[in-house]
Amino acid sequence: MLGLAADRLRADMNRLLAFLFHQGILDEQFLQLQQLQDESSPNFVSEVVNIYFHESEKLLRSLRSLLMDREFSDYNKMGIHLNQFMGSSSSIGANRIRNVCVAFRAASEQNNRAGCLRALELLEHEYCFLKNKLHELFQIEQQRVLAAGVRYPMQNI
Amino acid sequence: MGLKLQQSQHQHQQQHHSVAVKVNEQTGTKRGYTFIQANRAWLPKFLLLWVMVMAFLSTWIYKKMDADIKVRRKEVLSSMCDERARMLQDQFSVSVNHVHALAILISTFHYYKNPSAIDQETFAEYTARTAFERPLLSGVAYAERVVHSERGQFERQHGWTIKTMQREPSPVRDEYAPVILSQETVSYIESLDMMSGEEDRENILRARATGKAVLTSPFRLLGSHHLGVVLTFPVYKSKLPTRPTVEERIEATAGYLGGAFDVESLVENLLGQLAGKQAILVNVYDITNSSDYLIMYGHQNQDGDLALLYESKLDFGDPFRKHTMICRYQQKAPTPWTALTTAFLFFVICLLVGYILYGAAIHIVKVEDDFHEMQELKVRAEAADVAKSQFLATVSHEIRTPMNGILGMLALLLDTDLSSTQRDYAQTAQVCGKALIALINEVLDRAKIEAGKLEMETVPFDLRSILDDVLSLFSEKSRNKGVELAVFVSDKVPEMVMGDPGRFRQIITNLVGNSVKFTERGHIFVKVHLAENTKPVVDAKVETCLNGGSDGGVPISDAHQFKTLSGYEAADERNSWDSFKHLVSYEESRYDASINMTVPGETSQSVTLMVSVEDTGIGIPLIAQDRVFMPFMQADSSTSRNYGGTGIGLSITKCLVELMGGHISFVSRPQVGSTFTFTADFGRCKKASFNDTKKSNTEDLPSSFRGLKAIVVDRKPVRAAVTRYHLKRLGILPEVSGSVMISASACGKNGSSCGSKIQPDIILVEKDLWLSGEDGGLSSRMLDWKQNGHTFKLPKMILLATNITNVELEKAKAAGFVDTVIMKPMRASMVAACLQQVLGIGNKKQVGKDAQNGSLRSLLCGKKILVVDDNMVNRRVAAGALKKFGAAVECAESGKVALKLLQIPHSFDACFMDIQMPEMDGFEATRQIRMMESQANEQMNGGGIDKGFARNGEWHVPILAMTADVIHATYDECLKCGMDGYVSKPFEEENLYQAVTKFFKV
Repeated sequence: MLGLAADRLRADMNRLLAFLFHQGILDEQFLQLQQLQDESSPNFVSEVVNIYFHESEKLLRSLRSLLMDREFSDYNKMGIHLNQFMGSSSSIGANRIRNVCVAFRAASEQNNRAGCLRALELLEHEYCFLKNKLHELFQIEQQRVLAAGVRYPMQNI
Repeated sequence: MGLKLQQSQHQHQQQHHSVAVKVNEQTGTKRGYTFIQANRAWLPKFLLLWVMVMAFLSTWIYKKMDADIKVRRKEVLSSMCDERARMLQDQFSVSVNHVHALAILISTFHYYKNPSAIDQETFAEYTARTAFERPLLSGVAYAERVVHSERGQFERQHGWTIKTMQREPSPVRDEYAPVILSQETVSYIESLDMMSGEEDRENILRARATGKAVLTSPFRLLGSHHLGVVLTFPVYKSKLPTRPTVEERIEATAGYLGGAFDVESLVENLLGQLAGKQAILVNVYDITNSSDYLIMYGHQNQDGDLALLYESKLDFGDPFRKHTMICRYQQKAPTPWTALTTAFLFFVICLLVGYILYGAAIHIVKVEDDFHEMQELKVRAEAADVAKSQFLATVSHEIRTPMNGILGMLALLLDTDLSSTQRDYAQTAQVCGKALIALINEVLDRAKIEAGKLEMETVPFDLRSILDDVLSLFSEKSRNKGVELAVFVSDKVPEMVMGDPGRFRQIITNLVGNSVKFTERGHIFVKVHLAENTKPVVDAKVETCLNGGSDGGVPISDAHQFKTLSGYEAADERNSWDSFKHLVSYEESRYDASINMTVPGETSQSVTLMVSVEDTGIGIPLIAQDRVFMPFMQADSSTSRNYGGTGIGLSITKCLVELMGGHISFVSRPQVGSTFTFTADFGRCKKASFNDTKKSNTEDLPSSFRGLKAIVVDRKPVRAAVTRYHLKRLGILPEVSGSVMISASACGKNGSSCGSKIQPDIILVEKDLWLSGEDGGLSSRMLDWKQNGHTFKLPKMILLATNITNVELEKAKAAGFVDTVIMKPMRASMVAACLQQVLGIGNKKQVGKDAQNGSLRSLLCGKKILVVDDNMVNRRVAAGALKKFGAAVECAESGKVALKLLQIPHSFDACFMDIQMPEMDGFEATRQIRMMESQANEQMNGGGIDKGFARNGEWHVPILAMTADVIHATYDECLKCGMDGYVSKPFEEENLYQAVTKFFKV
């Protein structure tokens, strides 16, 4: 039974991943990230993603505070933040967030405050969504690893 | 924000000002003064002038006509007068001739015969019998010339004495002229001496001298008391010489023949014979004495028309006497009524015409005034409309800014620890806020479009990926409803086009969103092709009817279904397979034929695309179809209750499509579905420019599937074409087959080593086909193969489904679709990801990659590498990737830290350096590192050789740039500041391998 559960969890994961790919939320980079994970670093993906979350939240906060500064928004600084955000997003394959960042950066380069606000809002939304989905994914992954570990302790190297 | 508002107010004012200016300009130009308008003050004067001119003209006409009449009257008078005069003259001369004849008779029979053949009796009888010849003469008489010496003898011979006119015996004279022969009518003058009368004597003397008839002046005749003249003729007793002198004539005179003309009765008679005798008065005068006209006929003082008279000459044969006839009208000239009425009528008509023209002019002036007024009002109304739109745009914009703040705050709030109730409230608020902002955005768009402020971008973009994105937005919804969502882009549509991707996306989103909203079953199908491709399709339709039966793949059992994507009927049959097939096959043939040729039209700068969005939803009611594109109009009020929405979307869509240079139309049948079709112009992309932009704008599809073969098992040709389209984008060669059996047998043949047909790597089976239960053979055969342990590799079985239940999923797995299920709607990147999973990144690629992996591993194993990146995630990923290949990785989060770590001596074999870092960027850090190294090298070369730390004799740590943008300029910059190469970020193995092999020789 437990083996079946592992299979089912695997299918669930695949479905979730397929959904994420399908929606364009993730791209192949995420798959590559998964491939980097091996026995030497079993939690590599979740580790990287957690760092990503941590960093991103910091970035989002500072972006918002920069934008909320009504008198003078430091678009330059914003651009640096966005570059960072973009870099880390493309590293983990968060395609949609990266795209939003591109738009955000374009808006900030034009000093388009309204566009920036809109983009920021979208970015926050996308980020929350991704975070939820990835959390879900990791949960399933954990369960699967657990289930698989129980069923085939020897073979699952 | 206060500043901003002020600014916008200022702008608004400016705008207003400019509007006012515009109004002025318009009215200025529009008042193209017409002639009438320019002379409006002169109009009454024109009328007066006209009337005066016309009055003058009619007077002139009257005068002219009157003169004409007078001339004619005169002419008539003259002709009548002449006629009378001529007749009188003729009659007179006839009588004179007769008297002449009588004279000759007397001379012949009285004097040449001896004794005389004529006596009184004979003469009287003869003259009486010939009196009709001389109607004008009251009588004729003959007087003989008797000289005084012969008087006695003469008196004795006749038996009477010569008497004077007074009937007294004549006194003694030289000569006498007693009447001897007389007509009976004048017998009373017999024996009277004609020479006793003064008039007669003169006459006799003149006649005798001239030998011609002579006339007396008019006098009252003895018998009738009518006015008359006496005609006297000489009678000669011997023949005269041919040219007789006066003396010879006097000598030869034998007597005198005389007759009295009764002129009065003569003229009376004559006039009586003529018509119009009443009309004119005739007077005949003897004008021998020019100072004293003697009247011969007519009354001296008769009243007639004294104004007009005509004189005709009369010649009675006596050269001594002159006569004239004077005629005049009896009545005065009548008033010329004709002329009078003509002139008057002319005047009246002209007056009326003038008045009509005047009235028309006045009317024109009034209408033009009204027109100008209306125009002004219209301009003002338009200006007001523009101002409204601007206001709306401004206000919407101002609302949106704080709204974004609210939403952002709500999002942050949701991230904090909240109780479930609080979370619920916050989420509700967020949803409402989003709905509101969506509405504001739409209103803003609309207002912007109306205010003409919306500008279209022209940037290169990938149409297909945008369509994929849009579809993925709605995939969740459509899957829940069980509606099939598909996109098909014709191969001829260029990969990259120039246009506004955002607006294009908005249009598609609007249309698809509507379709999803109103569709509960069936499908939604987005199709893009070149606008010019529609023509061959239409042409081909006839052909389809002819060879419709030859589509071998479609079994008869499907005949009741419509040949659309899902089998449901669609409103517009243009998307059904019958025409669609031709589009596909047409393209293929074109594609095959012209692989190396440039397709005509490729050269042109722009490309017109036709996009159609077809659904099988509830359709649009017929009555509402004409106001679909009007803002805030929905099919009916119940729509917004059932489906929500404001109804502004389609009007925006229409505006956007028009801004893109196209137009939108739709076909809809209630309860069947709607098909919206629009065209749009895009620019073609130059090849050179899109290579740069491609990376940033599109997701790269993996190329690892190139050359794979696949069989698509689908009975619905349209759907199969869509699947094919997606597979083709991945470089997979798809083959469509109508049933599993056929494809299975194809595999079977392969199994039996015929090798003639393609050997598929993948078989994609449509879910409903599989469910229809004809797969039994396949799955059992698959199992067969598996158990028999066939040597060739089995094709991967993939199920395509819109939605699938868990039960079905289990069943599918049991039936052999172990590999995966691809959920629709399909999109290339998603299919790629699924396939990657299924194939384990491609069977044959796996080998190559492993080899590469291996070589990378051998290259990097045991090397110590420094990764410099400020971004922790990137750092971690890069480190992970490098570690995987066996390298020992150390990290630094800034250029400064890296500098510290790279202080000579150090033990690093390579350094991966991010370029964009705060404080000290990659270029700067590299420069400083290189500087350090060169210093160290100099020292080393100068002062003793310390080979323990030196590698290859010199310090030079390989530095590789890590960069997300792979523009050539960046690469040059890298080399300039001393870097050895660059790798793209995130790492791609191949790229990494290439970069690393350069300096880590195996």
